[in-house]
Amino acid sequence: MSAVRVLVGTRKGAFILAADGKRQRWDVRGPFFAGWEIYHVKGSPADPDRLYASQSSGWFGQIIQRSGDGGATWEAPGGGIKQSADGMPQGESNKFAYDTAPPTGKPLTTHQWYDGTQHPWEFKRVWHLEPSLSDPDVVYAGVEDAALFRSSDGGTTWQELTGLRGHGSGPQWQPGAGGMCLHTILLDPGEPRRMFVAISAAGAFKTEDAGATWRPINRGLQSKFLPNPTAEVGHCVHRLAMNRARPRVLFMQKHWDVMRSDDAGESWREVSDNLPTDFGFVIDVHAHEPDTIYVVPIKSDSEHYPLDGQLRVYRSRTGGGEWEALTKGLPQRDCYVNVLRDAMAVDSLDQCGIYFGTTGGQVYGSADGGDTWNAIVRDLPPVLSVEVQTLP
Amino acid sequence: MIRVELPQHLQTLAGVGREVSLDVSAPVTPRSVFDALEARYPVLRGTIRDHVTLARRPFVRVFACARDWSHESPDSPLPAAVASGAEPLLVVGAIAGG
Repeated sequence: MSAVRVLVGTRKGAFILAADGKRQRWDVRGPFFAGWEIYHVKGSPADPDRLYASQSSGWFGQIIQRSGDGGATWEAPGGGIKQSADGMPQGESNKFAYDTAPPTGKPLTTHQWYDGTQHPWEFKRVWHLEPSLSDPDVVYAGVEDAALFRSSDGGTTWQELTGLRGHGSGPQWQPGAGGMCLHTILLDPGEPRRMFVAISAAGAFKTEDAGATWRPINRGLQSKFLPNPTAEVGHCVHRLAMNRARPRVLFMQKHWDVMRSDDAGESWREVSDNLPTDFGFVIDVHAHEPDTIYVVPIKSDSEHYPLDGQLRVYRSRTGGGEWEALTKGLPQRDCYVNVLRDAMAVDSLDQCGIYFGTTGGQVYGSADGGDTWNAIVRDLPPVLSVEVQTLP
Repeated sequence: MIRVELPQHLQTLAGVGREVSLDVSAPVTPRSVFDALEARYPVLRGTIRDHVTLARRPFVRVFACARDWSHESPDSPLPAAVASGAEPLLVVGAIAGG
């Protein structure tokens, strides 16, 4: 029988929630890395037992953890005692150094700071880890301050893909309230050299040469907080999502507005329509119905909780435009949690499961495409991220 | 041998107890102690000092012989009691946050 494994990152550790294909009884394991912020945990599509976790702390910085057995045991790759040929100890697994080399790092200078001045890039943490679709040892990391790194040795060493910051628009990027983070990485399953990333607050970017060069893909976006609301960059994109069977169609939850692209990001149109508010963080797509999408509307950019204390997932079966509220099993009074941008995921069982975590520590799951919901756990630390693996 | 006391999170990360002992050649300074610590436990690179600049991380403090050495030069000699192993060098997570 198939099974699912939900990987949960929280403010105080990681948790693994496991169930069989019925998704009725859950085994809860953790906390892993207790006391540390776990921004993201994700498994390799090529080897489900290979997991990567971003472990960080305001005190002690960034650690990358890796598991080869589905999360039973973990190691910091490269963190052991090793000697290089020259006798110097090695151990670079946690090192995310921006490229400042003259040939490749030259255009990588500064970004816009809150006071309008230019500010140098400063590494803070890894927000998102995206393992390759085909090679368990290849993994991408989206970091704050916004940049994209790649490891081809299972997270032991990391190299910046400089073409992204090297696009030249960096001086117009600026941090949002959560920092200037690269939080979304989408790999196109049909075009291995095509990737999409999103940055708050810079916008969405696309490469078609495996990360060597990038360009912004924000045509159609409007952001009132920008002097030019339709500027090429500067937009606060909160999340991108795609259905792997139809990778040219992208969905976006922006700071405000839910957007859709039918041309691999070349242009966007708003599909918020009858949503009660189009502010929010998460967005995801049904595993088998490419036009069925999910968002969790949040009241506003200054009140990060659901409208009227009612936690509601909204589903569109038309790829946006027409939305219905899903409430069965979700609290419909006195609920003032948030659902952060990496905290929703879908499994690929025949009856698609949807999962999301809240800043109140609940992880909700639906085994029927969103019609009904159950709290898998209710009292975890604030949830930062949710991923799910569908296991044979 | 130099003795270094680590905060709980770094003990867990390095898989060690509260105190580790290190061989450090003279002069014994914060820099030479942390160089030796990171050489012995590479996973601690970047956790006490920034990977690139080697500056002390803002919320990490360094105490020795009841004195705060956090703001001293990393090349300033540590007290003789630390250099002799009579007293440990304390790496402390600063009180911050909630």
